[in-house]
Amino acid sequence: METEALVRQACKKFENDKGRMMDVLWELQNTLGCIDDHSMEIVARELKTSRVAVEGVVTFYSFFSREQKGKIILRVCDDIIDRHAGSEKIASAFSEELGVPIGGTSSDKTFSLEYTPCIGMSDQAPSALINGVPITNLTPESARDTAKELIKGVCPSSLVKKTGDGNNSHELIKSMVNNNIQKRGEVLLSTDVSKSAGLDAALKLSSPDVIKEIIDSGLRGRGGAGFPTGEKFRLARNTNSDKRYVICNADEGEPGTFKDRVLLTERADLLFDGMTIAAHAIGSNAGIVYLRGEYAYLLPYLESVLAERRSAGLLGKSIRRKKDFDFDIRIQLGAGAYICGEESALISSLEGLRGEPKNRPPFPVEKGYMGKPTVVNNVETFCCVARIMENGAAWFSAIGTKASKGTKLLSICGDCTKPGVYEVPYGLTVSELLVMVGAHDTTIVQVGGAGGVMVGKSSFGRKICVSDLATGGAIMVFGANRNVLGIVDYFLEFFSEESCGYCTPCRVGVIFLRERIKKVMQGLADKADLGYLRDLSKTIKMTSRCGLGSSAPNCVINSIDEFPLVYSSHMREKSDGFAAGFDIQKALDESRRIAKRTSMIYDPVYGEERGLGE
Amino acid sequence: MTPFTGKNEALENKMIGDDIVFKIDGVDVRGRIGQTIMEAADDAGIHIPRLCDVEGLDPQGSCRVCTVKINGRTAASCTQPVADGINVENRTPEIQEYRRDLVRMLFHEGNHLCPACEASGRCELQALGTDFGILQPDKYPYLQPSRPVDASHHDVMLDTNRCIRCGRCIRASAHVDHKNVFGYVGRGINKQVGVNGTDLAHTNAAVTDKAMEIGICPVGCIIQKRVGFFAPIGARRFDKEPITGKK
Amino acid sequence: MKKKIATVSLAGCFGCHMSLLDIDERILELLKLAEFERSPVNDIKKFRGRCDVGLVEGGCCNEENVHTLLSFRQNCDVLVGVGQCAVMGGLPVMRNAIMHSDEPLKDCLETAYLNSPYVYNPTNDIPNDPALPLILDKVYTCSEVVKMDYLIPGCPPTGDVLWQTLTALLGGNLAGLPKDIVKFD
Repeated sequence: METEALVRQACKKFENDKGRMMDVLWELQNTLGCIDDHSMEIVARELKTSRVAVEGVVTFYSFFSREQKGKIILRVCDDIIDRHAGSEKIASAFSEELGVPIGGTSSDKTFSLEYTPCIGMSDQAPSALINGVPITNLTPESARDTAKELIKGVCPSSLVKKTGDGNNSHELIKSMVNNNIQKRGEVLLSTDVSKSAGLDAALKLSSPDVIKEIIDSGLRGRGGAGFPTGEKFRLARNTNSDKRYVICNADEGEPGTFKDRVLLTERADLLFDGMTIAAHAIGSNAGIVYLRGEYAYLLPYLESVLAERRSAGLLGKSIRRKKDFDFDIRIQLGAGAYICGEESALISSLEGLRGEPKNRPPFPVEKGYMGKPTVVNNVETFCCVARIMENGAAWFSAIGTKASKGTKLLSICGDCTKPGVYEVPYGLTVSELLVMVGAHDTTIVQVGGAGGVMVGKSSFGRKICVSDLATGGAIMVFGANRNVLGIVDYFLEFFSEESCGYCTPCRVGVIFLRERIKKVMQGLADKADLGYLRDLSKTIKMTSRCGLGSSAPNCVINSIDEFPLVYSSHMREKSDGFAAGFDIQKALDESRRIAKRTSMIYDPVYGEERGLGE
Repeated sequence: MTPFTGKNEALENKMIGDDIVFKIDGVDVRGRIGQTIMEAADDAGIHIPRLCDVEGLDPQGSCRVCTVKINGRTAASCTQPVADGINVENRTPEIQEYRRDLVRMLFHEGNHLCPACEASGRCELQALGTDFGILQPDKYPYLQPSRPVDASHHDVMLDTNRCIRCGRCIRASAHVDHKNVFGYVGRGINKQVGVNGTDLAHTNAAVTDKAMEIGICPVGCIIQKRVGFFAPIGARRFDKEPITGKK
Repeated sequence: MKKKIATVSLAGCFGCHMSLLDIDERILELLKLAEFERSPVNDIKKFRGRCDVGLVEGGCCNEENVHTLLSFRQNCDVLVGVGQCAVMGGLPVMRNAIMHSDEPLKDCLETAYLNSPYVYNPTNDIPNDPALPLILDKVYTCSEVVKMDYLIPGCPPTGDVLWQTLTALLGGNLAGLPKDIVKFD
């Protein structure tokens, strides 16, 4: 079929609705291998928007591309854990075997090879996505074997020889991913979780009573910010509107986190129960799961669970024969943008826009998706909602600490013997955690992902809870052999690549932070640079528009505070009188080559003979 | 489900349009519910520096130069609504230092070679630099972008190396001209203003558009051809009065 | 004892030096406070001793600029970058914006001497006399090469700005300049 017809068909599939731009673009990317200028023009015409608006969306998401990609796209996970596990060697192995440079596409358009930020497999690093199929625990040898198979024409899904545990072996997933559940708590990973029990209990109550139960349970959002969930429901319900939305944030993009992957694999029904309860509570008939593009391999399975629920009367019209309670859920696939984990950016993305955060106020509970009151919670929170309705607020609030009720799922990875998912009551100290995961000789525990807190040895007594180390659950453990500045540099690289670019401090300031950290690493910095880093960090923190910008400098400030010796050991006195970073030899190299002569001043022998200089 | 009417807690006691009183740097300022802090300050004759916001267009809140502290928390005053009794810090040394840094960041992000720029003297970035007394523009490294200049259009040219991503042209074109000639493309440091076609000549842009009007682009990114240097040095906009509006 | 001032124009146009002459009759007053050492004003080309204030016009585009700037840093107590070129590279720095290929300098020279539409160069030579200092890979601002104590923007800074700068520095302290006389152009 010619391009024009294909593009029009893709648009038509989603009713020429510009709010479904992401779906249209995914369709085109998958069928055409790119979204070129011509396609963008047709999409703009069909969806009744401007070409530059389409271009804005295409160029925002890293999984969309204007240039032709290979039929098979290999994306090697490049988060810090994978780097430490050898992702660079994996990428080179692929590159050599396939004859494709990293970041490039083969001339016959068969293969593309690139790095991608955390794909949510840090517990089985290094890993890669090959046309969306996760290939985990790679070694350079297995990468070479994989490449050889791909060259032979083996399709990516057939690369999976042995499927993982639990539903990873389900015929609609068939993935080699392992759940790595290391510790089951009583709320989410307990084996007695039953389908629809929470929903049935909730439907016996009036909406305000459901909200009261959630408020009484003390449940706070599990994404990291810790906003009281029941209160969020109440605010959404109390905003006057003809329509309300329930949105699940399944875009866990925080480097080193993967616990939602396990919930989506093993507790899909519990999640959908939770969303349906929220719909009942706030008066909504439409829900959306925003599933990160990296988890596309779970999509067919999740769609099948939704279909089953529809036929079982748990979704759709008159749920559980309750008149006037209609609710259905659709799944929206993201396309590789960390910022979309921020709730208002996620809403922008759902609306078919660039995934940029919105101005707040108004908050989503007042004006969210399509301008309607919207509850956005993450996977874990909705699962908790269902369990609270099943077992009661009192049961839930008896677990955890005074301010942080219930259990928390932690994704723990890095330098430890037992990486994986742990369900623990709130209040665990970092030391206890390290014993639990089998970590020895630890120097840094990064709590809360790239923008979280860098906890050094002296602070291992701190507790994981809302009032101390609040976290969405990403915990990375780094041993004594890891380079602190390398980790800081990685985080800043991550933030500068994932910044949406909307506001000045985050777009520009983070670039300047990284430049200076590089200078420190090269031994070119002096004491004044530490003041500069602190100063710049403060401006970025105080003036950024959303949490990405305001948390990006945390790693800089934390590392200066926790590891002052690392910084001071990199400071060197310069004796040549030049400013730090200026290298006259480097500055002259190209010139010498072009002019085919040496410098009269800076090539010493020559200069001395002539007696030059002032 | 039975519909019900809820109340907006934030507005429970006050309705849109009601008068309220709040403080800016300790001075009482009257405002109305529904206004932003910047609007109320403008009405009261108190200047808050800004770049992405301009009279007649919706606020965007992206340059962050109008950052203020409200009861101890920072926010962009162009998008933050006023509320009764709030305490706003505007010209404190701390806030001014943040703003100075932000202006510097924009200055270092692009190629702002004032002597070679037609917008010099009417450039808001330049005027703010002067106003903030930025004497040492070497705090940050210069990023020195090298994007091609788009001179395809008969009457207007674009040098995005000078763009500060304020989006004023985008909003003017979308909301006033109803044309969508401009839009953001890319992300992070590569976020830029793109045009609705292969280049500006292949759009329906016209020099008479609001988006092309002098004063919409705060810097020298959008330049009208054949009218360059229309005001001599000494008679340019900010030669006559500083950007704060007060001498 | 009179204070000593050194001045130099690196990759600049001497416009800032012209501007220095714009202090008009105040130059007599200036000479009561200080005398010029190494400077194009008196054509002294080498430092004969330490100077109190060094004024540098222009950035660095070749090795000789770097060498001279370093000698200013080593011989002046207070070093002041004067004008846009010293501050941020000025017009010469525009070459940095066109040099992003694999062989940026080669491209730059070929564009300047061979390939531009208005070039008349029948011998197709790129100047390369051994007496010419080697050109740097890009234009550097003064602050990138040595530590600068003050930078005075302007193209050029006016005579008034330079007058106030010099008198303040000779008096021992430059706290700032009035807003309305500082311009970036």
